[in-house]
Amino acid sequence: MLTYILRRLGAGLLLLAVVTMVTFWIFYVLPRWAGVTPQGMAAMYVGRAPTPEALAATVDRLGLDQPVAVQFVEFVRGLLFGQEFTFGRETVECAAPCLGYSFITNSPVLPQILDRLPVTMSLAAGAAVIWVIGGVTVGVVSAVKKGSVFDRIAMSTALVGVSMPIYFTGLLALAFLVHQWGLFPVSRYVPLTEDPVSWFQVMLLPWITLAFLHAAQYARQTRAGMLETLNEDYIRTARAKGLSERKVIFKHALRPTLTPIVTILGLDIGLVMGGAILTEKVFSLNGVGAYAIDAIISNDLPVVIGVTLLGAVFVVLCNLVVDLLYPIVDPRVRINA
Amino acid sequence: MRKRTLGFVAVGAAASLFLSACGAATESGDNEGGFDLGSTEVVNPSEEQGGTLRYAMAADFDSTDPGDTYYAFSWNFSRYFARTLLDFSPEPGEAGNELVTDLAVDLPEPNDDFTEWTIEIQDGLTYEDGTEIVAEHIKYAIARSNFGGGTLSHGPDFFAQFLDQDDIDVYENGADPLEGFDSIETPDDHTLLFHLEDSFSEFPYILTQLQTAPVPPEADRGELYSENVLSSGPYKFDGSYEPGVGLNLERNEEWDPETDPIRPALPDRIEVELGVSKDEVDERLTNGELDVDLESNGVGTSMYGRLVDDESVQDNLDNPIAGSLRYVNIHAPIIDDLACRQAIMYAADRESMHRAWGGDMGGDIATSLLLPDLAGADTDLDLYPSEDGTGDLEAAEAKLEDCGEEDGFSTTIAVRDTSERDIDTAEALQESLARVGIEVDIEQYPAAQFFGQYAGSQDFVRDNEIGLSVSGWGADWPTGYGFASAITHGENIQETGNYNTAELDDPEINELWDQSLTTEDPDERADLYGQIEKLVMENAAILPAVFDRSLFYRPDDLTNVYFHPAFMGYDFMALGVDRDQ
Repeated sequence: MLTYILRRLGAGLLLLAVVTMVTFWIFYVLPRWAGVTPQGMAAMYVGRAPTPEALAATVDRLGLDQPVAVQFVEFVRGLLFGQEFTFGRETVECAAPCLGYSFITNSPVLPQILDRLPVTMSLAAGAAVIWVIGGVTVGVVSAVKKGSVFDRIAMSTALVGVSMPIYFTGLLALAFLVHQWGLFPVSRYVPLTEDPVSWFQVMLLPWITLAFLHAAQYARQTRAGMLETLNEDYIRTARAKGLSERKVIFKHALRPTLTPIVTILGLDIGLVMGGAILTEKVFSLNGVGAYAIDAIISNDLPVVIGVTLLGAVFVVLCNLVVDLLYPIVDPRVRINA
Repeated sequence: MRKRTLGFVAVGAAASLFLSACGAATESGDNEGGFDLGSTEVVNPSEEQGGTLRYAMAADFDSTDPGDTYYAFSWNFSRYFARTLLDFSPEPGEAGNELVTDLAVDLPEPNDDFTEWTIEIQDGLTYEDGTEIVAEHIKYAIARSNFGGGTLSHGPDFFAQFLDQDDIDVYENGADPLEGFDSIETPDDHTLLFHLEDSFSEFPYILTQLQTAPVPPEADRGELYSENVLSSGPYKFDGSYEPGVGLNLERNEEWDPETDPIRPALPDRIEVELGVSKDEVDERLTNGELDVDLESNGVGTSMYGRLVDDESVQDNLDNPIAGSLRYVNIHAPIIDDLACRQAIMYAADRESMHRAWGGDMGGDIATSLLLPDLAGADTDLDLYPSEDGTGDLEAAEAKLEDCGEEDGFSTTIAVRDTSERDIDTAEALQESLARVGIEVDIEQYPAAQFFGQYAGSQDFVRDNEIGLSVSGWGADWPTGYGFASAITHGENIQETGNYNTAELDDPEINELWDQSLTTEDPDERADLYGQIEKLVMENAAILPAVFDRSLFYRPDDLTNVYFHPAFMGYDFMALGVDRDQ
């Protein structure tokens, strides 16, 4: 088991290295291929009407004129061993793992990400709870009562949920539930540790909105899985030997259905942890996703690479957790120690 | 302060300037609202202190370091914690363009040829930590933002342009950062003497710059200073500035109101929330959940549509002239024959360009160069008149004949890809020019590099034969020179980053600009600016489209509200709130 975990972690690290290189390539090499000069890149980080001297100073300060390979090695070295940065007369140490300083705001990338992580984690965790419980419950009921009015309404709603982008449902929810009817408070994030009640109140609407999108998928997946399982011979056997319907459904039918659900859950949580960009933007939550999109728009390369790496870390970790959960959900895939 | 200009021109929307006229602030009375009242009068006047003033916006500061910022809203806001030598009079309308003192005792005194200026600062001024503000700190602040080896790169560089100073780098200077910085002398703790390279009669306007806000060398942390600025104003940072998230200010007990003629400092606390989407900002503003849109560029498109048709909110709206001219450059190197350029001026359908820019609430039709509030401006000037403003096609055809292009010609118009109104304006022009056989291709380019690599790059313009470009410009400071010299003086033509995009280089115009620098009397200068305006129009280098307007929502419980022309937004220093929290 330990070797399995170590092997998976090793593969994860390799993946992270590849992600880093590809991201670096996209943001540092591609622009050069497209003919953007170091001065052209620097122009994105200085004032509105930069003098040639200011541009040259910025190129020099950010090391934009160095070969991309050198910049990459510098970055990796900072990541592994830390780096020193000079601001004015002040030298600041950026301890490993150093993701550098933002080109735009001159703030250190990793602490900025960590500051925003609680927002994103709050969003991901709450929404996931709602979408899993809601989606799976609806899916099970729909499967058991296949063809009923509930089933039809639930599945149509699910279709609507899957088809509606967050910036539509989210804006509608904000316009009516918050501003028009005042059912939810104005979305200003409050840390859980500071005021749990306000935290819950503020996060509830973003949770529901994000969960609505995902729950639909889980409901449909659960329903399909359940319908398939309910037709299996062993279910007939279970029923034949007189087990209660509740036991048949929850113990025998639901469990195998959960395996693919856990898989997509792992991926979804990993992705949302890397930043639910639209949800965060619509609800003005300053999480990792909002940080990422702002960085991409302003070409803030260290931040882009930082959040990409972080997103990749979450996807890798969540996948690992999912793989470790498999044997618990489904005894058939247990690894022989 | 190109900040005015570029800050919002780049954003593409309109910040704001007052219309003009009218005048003095109303000291008392029931000014509780009325359409566009805030453009000319103080609405909800009050001296009531207390409460929290809430700001929010979608974007972020370019920097909270007063020495490193260029955006108009940032300048306006930074005055909460950064006092400058001079400032603009806290009044609505044209009166707001007058200079008044802030840290200074009096306006500066020039020598005979305007190459030396002396100014004194008040006694007993202190920072938030109680230490005294001395002249050398102002000298240092100017040095770090203009001679810091590019460390602080966001702000304007007027001091670098005008001071008689060799290049130094305060951050590389070792023990004495001001070594070699002798263009500003500080004979005592309260006096500053500026040595300029050339005569410059409007130098006092440069002393309103945030870069004159004092910074003690020992407090300077380079780019990191923006995290926590040492306050000289009525408020100080409460905790650090969090980029993209927010900034909170609390009262600075060391600030002495007796020394400050600009800031009533009404709220007890000021909160800024960043990264709130524009739609959400507008929703909160109209629902009483927010006091001010920090970005100060008016409500967004979706709210705009709702507000203009809603009778019940008209009293809460202001629709000031937003402080910029929207125009089309006619590039002299590409369309080199004057008559051909004039044909374009005649053929342009200003009525349709005005509609493209949003009609009456979007702005006023412009046929002249200078912003309406500037001394010397003649908004009635119309050298290429036509019935109903739809263009004089006969005159245009005659001009085409003059330049030997009877059948018209083809050219390309460059436009920023993010500005819908710019694109619409280009399309309107395209249609109107097609009527006389001038075929125009519209090419969109990335807004961020528009002047750096595209329309403002001489090589690019020539290689791609770009004859026209859609642009916008606001005043760096509120005079003819502060507005138009950057876009019409031949000296300002640059290889790249060229804002004199038409490449207008007329000896007579250049001479008049230079003459204004040594002219003491503001009225005489205004007269020169009027002459320049006419010459630019005769040269057909700039095709004016509109003086743009923005639509502002003014919440009921905001007090002391008026639109300030110099800051192109509500005067943040004046604002208070009429509620307990």
